[in-house]
Amino acid sequence: MLLVRCPWCGDRDEAEFRYGGQADVDYPADPHQLDDATWGEYLFVRANPSGSFDERWVHTAGCRRWFSVVRDTATNEMRPDIPRRRESR
Amino acid sequence: MVADGNTPAPPERLWRNPEPKRNYDVVIVGAGGHGLATAYYLARNHGITDIAVVERGWLAGGNMARNTTIIRSNYLLDASAALYDHALRLWEELHEELDYEFHFSQRGVLNLAHTEQEVRDARRRAFANELNGVDAEWVTPDEISEICPILNTSNLRYPVLGATYQRRAGIAKHDLVAWGLARKCDEMGVDFIQNREVTGFVTDGDRVIGVRTDNGDIGAGRVGLAAAGRTTLLTDTLGIRLPLQSHPLQAMATEILEPVHPCVVMSNHVHVYTSQAHKGELVLGAGIDTHNGYTQRGSVHVIENQLAAAVELFPVFARAHLLRTWAGTVDVTPDASPIIGPTPYENLFVNCGWGTGGFKATPGAGWVFAHTLATGEPHPLNEPYGMERFTSGALIDEHGAAAVAH
Repeated sequence: MLLVRCPWCGDRDEAEFRYGGQADVDYPADPHQLDDATWGEYLFVRANPSGSFDERWVHTAGCRRWFSVVRDTATNEMRPDIPRRRESR
Repeated sequence: MVADGNTPAPPERLWRNPEPKRNYDVVIVGAGGHGLATAYYLARNHGITDIAVVERGWLAGGNMARNTTIIRSNYLLDASAALYDHALRLWEELHEELDYEFHFSQRGVLNLAHTEQEVRDARRRAFANELNGVDAEWVTPDEISEICPILNTSNLRYPVLGATYQRRAGIAKHDLVAWGLARKCDEMGVDFIQNREVTGFVTDGDRVIGVRTDNGDIGAGRVGLAAAGRTTLLTDTLGIRLPLQSHPLQAMATEILEPVHPCVVMSNHVHVYTSQAHKGELVLGAGIDTHNGYTQRGSVHVIENQLAAAVELFPVFARAHLLRTWAGTVDVTPDASPIIGPTPYENLFVNCGWGTGGFKATPGAGWVFAHTLATGEPHPLNEPYGMERFTSGALIDEHGAAAVAH
């Protein structure tokens, strides 16, 4: 079981969270301008690295807030620093 | 291996371990079930035997060694039913063809329905199966009790309201499948290159002309990727972006028990699937761990959930000791269907995205991927499975029939 650090509640078991996949995937500013390939890529394609990965979690059984962490997908090591923005969402 | 008296003793050597040549007509990345079956049908159906299958670990030591050995073809959509039932028909003749007993046992699969909506969905799937020539029937709780007496249908938080039943479904001994395929491929001249990791590709413009490995390049007329969870690590090196996410998928086995479990049982709703191996272990699995990961290790709470479901459905399991758990790395697509076909790079083809259900498709996947590699064009059965469906929107949405949370 992963130990996930919620920025508001601290270290908690993974079972308290739901996973949100890759972080910082923005909704396109003007979807109508996108061709099918770009729209399909926005919908379906995400990074899938073996190594450092910025990802989203939501503390469903706790404060119910979303946040980002950096996790190494090859070792499950999670860095406590919260990357970039969105902490407050 | 002979301890149970049921499994044949393997011959001393089933395949050579040759030094790779400089060039091959076809290089297949990954000596798992799909890579082996692809090599087999390339040789058998297309007369192409100048093949290297390159494997970073040992032959069939990845997901092929980690699956729950279930074989079935009761998928909802036409494209899926056609592909998986083609595989099942091949399973039915494969052991004789390979002259290798791998304990293919058509003991039937029950897919349980626990809610009214599941009943509607399951019956729809059974009707769709019938229309597609796939054997399927709807069975009531009483009939389920006759098929699988140890299954608890009524005294449950989510009572069993019925099930689809596919009699031709079953299990096979996965390691023996791999060894039988490898032996036959080796006889036909296929080279298995183990303990050599493919790290990228040799390219000439937008053509792939070989693979890079951790111990030198190997030239290739065509390259087929059958690397499962590690597919995107390779395609990333060419800037090809595939809609795949790699997740841990756990399975587990108990100690060896007397035969108690006569068929395969799967439940989407309480989420567990079980069968009993020939040797006697209860084999159990469920869905993926939600997070991406290459660790080949999942989280304990996933095991807890599926064991809770298993013990509720099968009260007799409560006293069984769990002997071991393990995880593979599976590559999951957004529509729970695989990607089989060409890539933007000439001579590079992918067979990936099988998610949690690749084992059952092994011969079928090998058949169509061999055709694709031999001719450069998809076989009619894998034509709908190109990566362009994620642009066109013609998805093959099989989350229901995949029977596992993706």
